[in-house]
Amino acid sequence: MSKPEPRVGLFVTCLVDLFRPSVGFAAVKLLEAAGCRVEVPELQTCCGQPAYNSGDKADTRAIALQVIEAFRDFDYVVAPSGSCAAMIKKHYPELFEKEPEQLAKAEELSARTFELISFLTDVMQLSDVEAAFPQTVTYHDSCSGLRELGVRDQPRKLLSSVNALSLVELSDADICCGFGGTFCVKYPDISNIMVTSKTGSIESTGAQTLLAGDLGCLMNMAGKLQRSGSDIQVRHVAEVLADMTDTPAIGAAEGDTRNGGN
Amino acid sequence: MTTAREQILGAVKQSLKKNNPSGDRPDELAQRLSDPKANLIPERSRLPHPAQVDLMESMLIELSATVKRISSLDEVPDEVVTYLKTRNLPQEVRLAPSKELQALAWDDQSLLKVSCGPAREPDQVSVTGAFAAVAETGTLMLHSGPEGPTTLNFLPENHIVVLRSSQVVGAYEEGWARLRKAFGNGTMPRTLNMISGPSRTGDIEQKIELGAHGPRRLHVIIVEDGHAETGDSAG
Amino acid sequence: MQSRSHSFKENAREAIADPNIQAAMAKMKVGFTGKRLAAAARLPEFEALRDAARDIKNHSLANLDFYLERYEAKVLETGGQVHWAPTAADARKAILDICERAGAKTVTKGKSMISEEIALNDHLEEAGMTVVETDLGEYIIQLRKEPPSHIIAPAVHVSKEQVEADFRAQHQHLPAERSLSEPTDLVNEARQILRQRYLDADVGITGANFLIAETGTSIIVTNEGNGDLTQSLPKIHIVIASIEKVVPNLEDASTILRVLARSATGQEFSAYTTLSTGPRRAEDPDGPEEYHVILLDNGRSSMLGSEFQDMLRCIRCGACMNHCPVYHAVGGHSYGWVYPGPMGAVLTPNLIGVEEAGHLPNASTFCGRCESVCPVRIPLPKMMRHWREREFERHLTPKSVRHGLGVWAFMARRPALYHRLTGLGIRALAALGRRRGRFTSLPLAGGWTKYRDLPAPQGKTFQQLWAEKQKNGRAAK
Repeated sequence: MSKPEPRVGLFVTCLVDLFRPSVGFAAVKLLEAAGCRVEVPELQTCCGQPAYNSGDKADTRAIALQVIEAFRDFDYVVAPSGSCAAMIKKHYPELFEKEPEQLAKAEELSARTFELISFLTDVMQLSDVEAAFPQTVTYHDSCSGLRELGVRDQPRKLLSSVNALSLVELSDADICCGFGGTFCVKYPDISNIMVTSKTGSIESTGAQTLLAGDLGCLMNMAGKLQRSGSDIQVRHVAEVLADMTDTPAIGAAEGDTRNGGN
Repeated sequence: MTTAREQILGAVKQSLKKNNPSGDRPDELAQRLSDPKANLIPERSRLPHPAQVDLMESMLIELSATVKRISSLDEVPDEVVTYLKTRNLPQEVRLAPSKELQALAWDDQSLLKVSCGPAREPDQVSVTGAFAAVAETGTLMLHSGPEGPTTLNFLPENHIVVLRSSQVVGAYEEGWARLRKAFGNGTMPRTLNMISGPSRTGDIEQKIELGAHGPRRLHVIIVEDGHAETGDSAG
Repeated sequence: MQSRSHSFKENAREAIADPNIQAAMAKMKVGFTGKRLAAAARLPEFEALRDAARDIKNHSLANLDFYLERYEAKVLETGGQVHWAPTAADARKAILDICERAGAKTVTKGKSMISEEIALNDHLEEAGMTVVETDLGEYIIQLRKEPPSHIIAPAVHVSKEQVEADFRAQHQHLPAERSLSEPTDLVNEARQILRQRYLDADVGITGANFLIAETGTSIIVTNEGNGDLTQSLPKIHIVIASIEKVVPNLEDASTILRVLARSATGQEFSAYTTLSTGPRRAEDPDGPEEYHVILLDNGRSSMLGSEFQDMLRCIRCGACMNHCPVYHAVGGHSYGWVYPGPMGAVLTPNLIGVEEAGHLPNASTFCGRCESVCPVRIPLPKMMRHWREREFERHLTPKSVRHGLGVWAFMARRPALYHRLTGLGIRALAALGRRRGRFTSLPLAGGWTKYRDLPAPQGKTFQQLWAEKQKNGRAAK
């Protein structure tokens, strides 16, 4: 390779950090395979969405400044989440509309920040991956990635290069699963109707595994599928693309490592 | 004491000062009213005139209207009688008091009862002219006036419109141009009806039903009268 | 209308338990969206027209005082009358005065959300008048004594069986053995009943989709033709419109009309777009002798210049609620006041106060589907967030949320502490849940585990594992 390796700062996201580090390692593997040098700044915690969406602008700004500082020196900032990437890319600049100096920093960070899968395809020009997943899968488009970042075709394109995988589309792939961050615990009854509708259509696809690009949505849908007795497995799309499906699926029991079903 | 008018306008002005640097000069604003300019017009209706008439016809059919194309105004009474027969409707129409329509040879239709004027409750069929028709969406433009009682467009269950092909235009904006030409800039008739198909409702379980309050059927007789012209009213 | 917005959660719970509402919502969530999509796909300029429509409304709002004055002058010039109403009470009084002066006994109405906003029907009925809603959906909910549940489909929550029962109960002079099982039968019966009402009416009241400054014209957009019969047959036509409805000229109205019906019902154009200017002319054979316009402010002027100004672009197409998964889950009545769905979540707190309507802007996942279909591109999620900010500033956010958020933010702003504590906490949680892979209940997580399992964490945090990996040498690679 003649071009220098771009230096990528991985924005892990709080949910991946706490609940499913394997997604973070899948992201690292994919980024490295695409020719990036990956680092993980320790100064990161969360993108600030819980505060932002609760109206707490002061804390959001403080967290945003911390993220801006932590990722100052990278060529790119990549997050395995449409929602966190959109927070940095779309909403950080809104936080500093009246402060030109901070605004410039936020916009500069915004320009360098990407959601993982679209970064791989759109920036690193990746068109296929080396992975196999002998299953029928379906894919849910998480709202922020889809509508704020335009992530739709990119994961489908890479999934089509996975050996033995067949994708069957969800009838309501673009409709919210009812997670919505704190929404799902503030309005549990409504969230439940939404996720029930979503898991209903997931089940009607006949897929063995559900994939998506945001862990919050995935935990919500996995939790509902499991509560209703479904044995559909749920994984972050990066795990499949990175060929790292030997860990139990989200919410699956220890030792349940089926990755190809049969 | 300030009037309600002053109160509202004062509050509006006050609020606008906060966040709306007035980039628009009063003379520019006034010009937007005295000399309106078209915004983006869809390409769909930018067609040679005969194709606009065809588009008008196909849009009307899509809207559940029916269309008959004839080559001369003289054929209108015949066509009306035929239409009533095929729909099993009584041979009786309420005609718009338009000179053009009244001049037709209705008397030759021995079966047909024709009366003239605004609609009355038992009237089942009206026959009116049109001012223009917008091919873009199959929309008829009819206006109120001595030759066009508005009630004829809504009270009877069946509305027959006699449209001359030269009255067909492409986009709404061309309709406004004709209207301004007929009435003067900034002047409107009391009522301008833009009619796109028969009356309909989806208010019960979103099932589309025709004839909710207005006409259940809309029949448009397109009379070939040559090329596009410069819009005078047919009532 | 008395607000029930403060009890949004309870309203929602009732709606969720109501099989009729759930069945109706299941139907509407596919109907409207599919039709809009097809209409948009058929017009290559649709997205550009949305931009143009947005720009026209922005221009109109930025010069609202100018256009209102010019509009008024034109109405007066054409023989109409304008009544400025700063508040709902002022509007009600102006309308009642006109009706009483005319000795009105029966008043017919075309569909008007402003009329709902000012609770006009109750007011006229208290004064002894018979008020008849003529839009089929409005007629149905008037019989049921309910408010509309949708701004363009007021009875979308009612099943045809319920309509049949209502008609049988109300239209007792008709033969009991008549068939009313199909929508066609119901539509025909309503047509027959309402026909006489139009002819009896002394005053007809309509709303307005647009007011045109160029000509002093009001525009209504309908499909049934009820608005036209309402405004053509009685001696007096009253238009109720809020001040933000004014646009400069006919060309501007045309541009917005091109996106209105397509966004609302997926139609290319509604069946009837009617432009009314002044009363009937001396030579007109029919039409109303008097034409009155009520210009209502009721809080709009204070939205101008605020972070909610963009909301005044709204053209009331209903696309936001047609596409809202929360609306689909709870129906329109749950929102508790006149305007439901995303547009209601932004507008209602402006009109009746965020203390009363605070739930509305919070009950959203910010999925953004509303904004993606809004014909005038109102950033609805952003404005819902503005309300949350105001609530937070004014300490209206629930204490438990504030407290939890405070602790979390304290940690999130201290990465070293955060990583140490989360590392410990997650290890404990993982130890509890790893074998099974998930929790079916967990202290403090009841909101989550009431309806779904909580996946257990894998063990260590990513940060811990990454640090270990770095320490174990770069030999790993």
